[in-house]
Amino acid sequence: MILETIPILKLGKLLLVTIQVDLHDELVLTLQDDLTNKLAVTRSRGVLIDISALEIVDSFIGRSLATIASIAKIMDATTVLVGMRPAVAITLVELGMSLKGIRTALNVDKGMKLLHDAMLEQEAWPSPR
Amino acid sequence: MALLTAAAGQSFDEELAGERWDDVRAGLVNLSKRRAVAGFSPSETATFIFSLKKPLFEALNRAYASDPARLSEEIWLASTVLDKLGLLTVDAFQQGREQLILRQQQELLDLSTPVIKLWDAIVAVPLIGTLDSERTQVVMESLLEAIVDNEATIAIIDITGVPTVDTLVAQHLLKTVAAARLMGAECIISGIRPQIAQTIVHLGVDLGEMITKSTLADALRIALAKCDLMVTKSDRRVASRD
Amino acid sequence: MAITALRSETAIIQTPEQLVQARRMVLEWTTRLAFSAVERTKFVTAASELGRNALVHGKGGSMVITELQRNGMSGIQLVFEDQGPGIADIETAMTDGFSTAKSMGFGLGGARRLVNEFELSSIPGKGTKVSVIQWKRR
Repeated sequence: MILETIPILKLGKLLLVTIQVDLHDELVLTLQDDLTNKLAVTRSRGVLIDISALEIVDSFIGRSLATIASIAKIMDATTVLVGMRPAVAITLVELGMSLKGIRTALNVDKGMKLLHDAMLEQEAWPSPR
Repeated sequence: MALLTAAAGQSFDEELAGERWDDVRAGLVNLSKRRAVAGFSPSETATFIFSLKKPLFEALNRAYASDPARLSEEIWLASTVLDKLGLLTVDAFQQGREQLILRQQQELLDLSTPVIKLWDAIVAVPLIGTLDSERTQVVMESLLEAIVDNEATIAIIDITGVPTVDTLVAQHLLKTVAAARLMGAECIISGIRPQIAQTIVHLGVDLGEMITKSTLADALRIALAKCDLMVTKSDRRVASRD
Repeated sequence: MAITALRSETAIIQTPEQLVQARRMVLEWTTRLAFSAVERTKFVTAASELGRNALVHGKGGSMVITELQRNGMSGIQLVFEDQGPGIADIETAMTDGFSTAKSMGFGLGGARRLVNEFELSSIPGKGTKVSVIQWKRR
């Protein structure tokens, strides 16, 4: 069995996750584990998830992304989802998934800017826990 | 013409279904199209086919003069065949028209949904006319594609040109806004006339956090502010007086 | 209007890997028939939802994919079948109400909105059969 992993890169104070393969149950769990560990080790405050390569995002993947964002939040990191394709956005809306709680941006550039602003905000006004 | 006599010479299949008739049919469809383009009405083209009966009957008369029973049988067959072929040209004409209408419909659809780039990161789409399901889909897709192409963070949807807003239209607008948000862009709806505002409330449609403005100008102002942009008066006139 | 069935293939969905394979198959077929990006995404996503249902709630099932022709228009039909517990209350199952947080979500209502034709039959205790068709529009 080929061990697939999704690479998590450290970009300054952010972690960049680029999802390019079909997400299935095992892979999702592995990703969540890896991300949690990396967040703990690097103490990053921001996670950028790039889904520009994903043609299909069904309710399972949607929920998985929401879960990842929740986990990151508990570890004091903001998550931004970038690169959602128009067809995917239209489909998710029909499915009724709003992905509330996850911030989104058009591409990695804008996503990074959004995260930096968010992280600056957090430093000025740390959110009460 | 030559095609017809050739096929007719080979078989009198009443159904005109055999392969030998394929060439005849194709030839007639072509003929019908050419004549339609030339300005002939479908009945004129059909009449042309029917006019082949006279020479055909004369030929049959000469061939079967001595056998009246056979003669009437052959005349009946020939008549039936030519009738069917004549009607075929009318059908072909009809189909040609339908295809033209479909093409024009598509063009109308394409023309009526232009997405305009107002500024860096701000796009706008003026909706004009009645929004049906098909059109709204096209608009939604064009807008979202334009957001990607222009790297827009704000999209203004102006509905000044939309006469009525019913629940379906409102739902479609909501879906478009939701999809744009998922992609990381915000939508502002402008051109809300008082009647439309009332309709929306009466329909019980919940616009949620959607920003709505009565004019495109107001929407642009908000959009610029969200992009941290400001419009200021320049001092050019003062300088040029010197 | 008469509908003709052309090629057909069957995929077994008993494991998560097979679900991914089945989804890829639908993606290939819709691409081969040149469906638009949006139609393709909608249909493959619906297939993913229904396939997942068959796998998770139906305890494993199968998907039959068939290319259709109607009046010069091309289409694809998917039939998902499982011998699972079935759906007792179809009405409720079809309504949305499953938020992103909950893991139990039939996704049936969503899947129905994504396709052109949708048919479901289920007998509690016996199994479920869902048939969906997407026609190529433009």
